[in-house]
Amino acid sequence: MISAGRRVFSALARPTLRNATTTPAFAAGSPAALRRLLSALAILEQRDGKLNTGSLSAISAAQKLGGSVHGFVAGSNIKPVAEEAAKVEGVEKIIAVDNGAYDKGLPENYAPLLVENIKKGGYTHVVAGNTAFGKNVMPRLAALLDSQQISDITAIENDKTFVRPIYAGNAIATVESSDAVKVITVRGTAFPAAKVGSGSAAVEEGVDPKAESATEWVSEDLAKSDRPDLATASKVVSGGRGLKSKEDFDRIMMPLADSLGAAVGASRAAVDSGYADNSLQVGQTGKVVAPELYMAVGISGAIQHLAGMKDSKVIAAINKDPDAPIFQVADVGLVGDLFEKVPELTEKLKKA
Amino acid sequence: MSALRILVPVKRVIDYAVKPRVNKTQTGVETAGVKHSMNPFDELSVEESVRIREKKRAPGGVEDICVFNAGPPKAQDVLRTAMAMGADRAIHVEVKEGEDLEPLTVAKLLKAAAEQQKSNLVILGKQSIDDDANQTGQMLAGLLGWPQATQASKVEFGDGDTVSVTREVDGGVETVRAKLPMVITTDLRLNEPRYASLPNIMKAKKKPLEKKTLADFGITAEKRLKVLKVTEPPARQGGGKVEDVDGLISKLKELGAV
Repeated sequence: MISAGRRVFSALARPTLRNATTTPAFAAGSPAALRRLLSALAILEQRDGKLNTGSLSAISAAQKLGGSVHGFVAGSNIKPVAEEAAKVEGVEKIIAVDNGAYDKGLPENYAPLLVENIKKGGYTHVVAGNTAFGKNVMPRLAALLDSQQISDITAIENDKTFVRPIYAGNAIATVESSDAVKVITVRGTAFPAAKVGSGSAAVEEGVDPKAESATEWVSEDLAKSDRPDLATASKVVSGGRGLKSKEDFDRIMMPLADSLGAAVGASRAAVDSGYADNSLQVGQTGKVVAPELYMAVGISGAIQHLAGMKDSKVIAAINKDPDAPIFQVADVGLVGDLFEKVPELTEKLKKA
Repeated sequence: MSALRILVPVKRVIDYAVKPRVNKTQTGVETAGVKHSMNPFDELSVEESVRIREKKRAPGGVEDICVFNAGPPKAQDVLRTAMAMGADRAIHVEVKEGEDLEPLTVAKLLKAAAEQQKSNLVILGKQSIDDDANQTGQMLAGLLGWPQATQASKVEFGDGDTVSVTREVDGGVETVRAKLPMVITTDLRLNEPRYASLPNIMKAKKKPLEKKTLADFGITAEKRLKVLKVTEPPARQGGGKVEDVDGLISKLKELGAV
């Protein structure tokens, strides 16, 4: 039996040669033996010394694989973040690399950094959230490992079989990977964030190859909001083209959101028309959300929008077109002019 | 300042407005007799390349815009469309109908193509709307060892081969800067692709389309992922309509949503 570490190394060293020895899934053998073979590295994001709780879904997904789970963090002054991550339940070890060069998650140096740490730890699975960071870095890593990444998974059947939506969620594919190191991004709404609790993982210093990044980070412009974060909010109110203008969008949607304590989302049409910031876009090409309540206001319900919200627990729709496709998926629909109905709803919710 | 030699990979996919149906054998979606067109994100790549030339945005100018496809014979249509939009020439790597290449294989093929064509800029769509992988551009940049800028909503050229790209990220945008050669992937807000006019469609018929095979690039179509099955997503049932706002609130309470 070749050790997992060796397998990874050979996959790295000879990218042209496929190594056919993959671990048989749940082979006859004791669970303990299996655990020794399976080890997952969950990539955790941090920003300004704060752990991104959205990336904790990578840990809960990694735990479903059934082997040991290590977390990985990198950035400047990483110790406090590593210590917080060490409290996450079910994590055996946190690998931390203290270097400001990794703060912005530039794939050109972050991917080689991961390669070295994966090589050292002999991981069979590398898991990250399907966030802007995960989408940017993980495929580059996968190429360096000569592994065919599996994106945006919604379920894990076993250590090599995964479920993911394709065609904007209009079909669900179950795929089996033959790669020695499986590179995976997970849909945050399909795996609950692991809890930061009373865990006491060891914090270990990772390897830092200090690869140069040919790309430099220049600036950013992030929308500031005191409302809940769209991707993880338990309630979302979302506005579409029916809102007619940015002023109307703000005047109608914001009070409704506040009366429910909800995050604000928008359809692609509303974003493209300039009514709402594009970081609010819900859909195949925007964010995928699955809140307890999703309220669609003035949204017709195009395929690409439904892909981003159809797993919500309860869907409510307000639209003046009784034939809008959104009503086919809404648990409760109200046909009417949103300019009348939404303010009335906002008032009544405040009183309730 | 180098003149740009842009490689634009394009994919033929089921048209975005068609609702795909899972086939009876649960091996994939029904493609026969279904309308196909160029992947919308690839239209953005073609448009951006042509605009860089038209608006003279790059100090070194644009020497060549080559569109590239690996797909079945019918995929030549999307290459002709790209040329009608303003690309100079096309390369078509023919693969069998129904034999989809995985992103890693496509990235390896594109690496070979970029080297062969002496490309110094590759502009890809951020994802194809069929497989929704969002991987190929990043993998290609990794294999080439080039800088990457994904989900671009703005591309600006500076002196000394520098390119600044504004990227769509969670919560807003960020700007990164790199030097050619590099890989860029497009986001929806990059531009508004043009429609090919009839005269341009006619002209595109005369533009060169080179036919190649995977073997020409030393690539084999291996599969790392085996598709075990493709199924319909669980259907949601609409729960009917209410008369007024009070009805809406009481229904939401009944469902435990407020």
